[in-house]
Amino acid sequence: MRNSFAKHLLEIAQKDESVLLITGDLGYGVLDEFQKQLPKQYINSGVAEQSMMSMAAGLASRGYRPFVYSIANFPTFRCLEQIRNDVCYMKNPVTVVAVGAGLGYGVHGYTHHAVEDIAIMRAMPNMQIYSPADSIETNYCVDLILANQSPAYLRLGKGGEPLINSKPLGAEPANVIIDQGPDGVICWTGGIGAKALSASGLLKEIGINPTLISVPVLSEKTISQLLETADGRKILSLEEHTLAGGFGSWILEVAADKGYSGQIARLGVTRETNTQIGTQNYLLEYSGLSPEAISSKFQELLN
Amino acid sequence: MTHSAQSSHVGSALSVVDILAVLYSGSAKVTPETSDSPDRDCVIFSKGHAASALYAVLALKGFYPLSLLEGFCADGGQFGGHITHHGKPGVELSTGSLGHGLPYGLGVALSQKKRGSSARTFVVMSDGECDEGTTWESALLAHQFGLDNLTVIIDRNRIQSLTFTEDTVALEPFADKWRAFNWSVRTVDGHSYEELSDALENQDRPLCIIAETTKGKGVSFMENKVLWHYRPPSSQDLEAALLELKSANT
Repeated sequence: MRNSFAKHLLEIAQKDESVLLITGDLGYGVLDEFQKQLPKQYINSGVAEQSMMSMAAGLASRGYRPFVYSIANFPTFRCLEQIRNDVCYMKNPVTVVAVGAGLGYGVHGYTHHAVEDIAIMRAMPNMQIYSPADSIETNYCVDLILANQSPAYLRLGKGGEPLINSKPLGAEPANVIIDQGPDGVICWTGGIGAKALSASGLLKEIGINPTLISVPVLSEKTISQLLETADGRKILSLEEHTLAGGFGSWILEVAADKGYSGQIARLGVTRETNTQIGTQNYLLEYSGLSPEAISSKFQELLN
Repeated sequence: MTHSAQSSHVGSALSVVDILAVLYSGSAKVTPETSDSPDRDCVIFSKGHAASALYAVLALKGFYPLSLLEGFCADGGQFGGHITHHGKPGVELSTGSLGHGLPYGLGVALSQKKRGSSARTFVVMSDGECDEGTTWESALLAHQFGLDNLTVIIDRNRIQSLTFTEDTVALEPFADKWRAFNWSVRTVDGHSYEELSDALENQDRPLCIIAETTKGKGVSFMENKVLWHYRPPSSQDLEAALLELKSANT
């Protein structure tokens, strides 16, 4: 996801010199081509995330479109007040690019994980949140971001996420319906979509065919649309994020507001996961987010 | 303003107001007519707690009607106790949390350089604000990016929220610190219009002007008193202060 992001942004920036890529001294091997081709649109602001974020806001206030790139925990928690005051409150169109969000930096440990970021970003005023599941959704989100003059949060996986989409997406913010089975709904945001597809494969083997919905644009509107598509059926939400204040939590809020009739269950990263060391896959499994655990949870929900 | 609002930082406003008066009287190339122009000079007021000083100077310079100041800290008013930008031409950034103005100014100054504009960026900071880590991050970055169009003016009144700066987190040798970060440094009397405006001319790298000021300047019972960092003036205080200021002007 991060490589396709860097490639797509380079293509755009070659045609639009207002697009800048700012890194907090990270992205070795990923941002090299951008730096080589467009040195005037590339800034390494060192290991100083707070100043980097305010600086990006200052650039955006004068017509630039900075994309501020770092490992997910750094351009978020480390500089939250700069995002809140200088980016969001001032409505400066900075895009915070959080790489390896969720548990993407697995063995690097909890300091390098970002499992509370959606909860925090959705509380920020004027912030639009994008959380693609694969490289096709990533390009779609980048195009949506540039079509709007708004603060944005782009939550990316670290890399190697399998494609769950087969064709490019449109130009409007919408959910992506991957499969339209009759037996309830499995929905997700972000790279966990690949696990959902594997779980769906297991469910199909026993004759259960859920509708599968990817939600790359997180907003009140897309979540309302999700509930309309689900149309009273049971819903299982998946996220590589804590259950507190995340995707599933957002669905429950909108469902309560709308009086949604179907049952909703959620799977996310458990609090205890930060006591564990392991790869992204190991940690997801520990949190009950393996294809087998997702499949069992869905069967439990349907029964 | 600070009397009617009973919300203050009057001492901080009085120490910085001469700096603002000089900036908006020609040193910074920005007027009500050019407040949206991409080539305007940018003045960022980072010590947002001294809001009343900036609000008053901008009103007197015609950025908005003086009568709007009646809404300072009033229910439904437009002027918060810390700087808010909504609906106020000339206010570049909402501030109040310290340490935001300088890094934001880095971005604006960098944008001016990228566009090949000759416009400058001025950041007005407090001395207590130099406790913030972003000040020194930004001091490093300004040199790295060659921002010879960035000027910091520090209101060196030597008093922060609870006591004197040197008894809290000592800043001295202050000028040496900035020089060590490869900035030009000029130390001036922060209440001298002549010294300030001279110091604001000509720079070939990031420039830090240390403006030696007096907290509560011009009102004898407020001068150099920690108490007046925040205290709102009573009716009697207001009357006494105005009398002193009037007699000083005659």
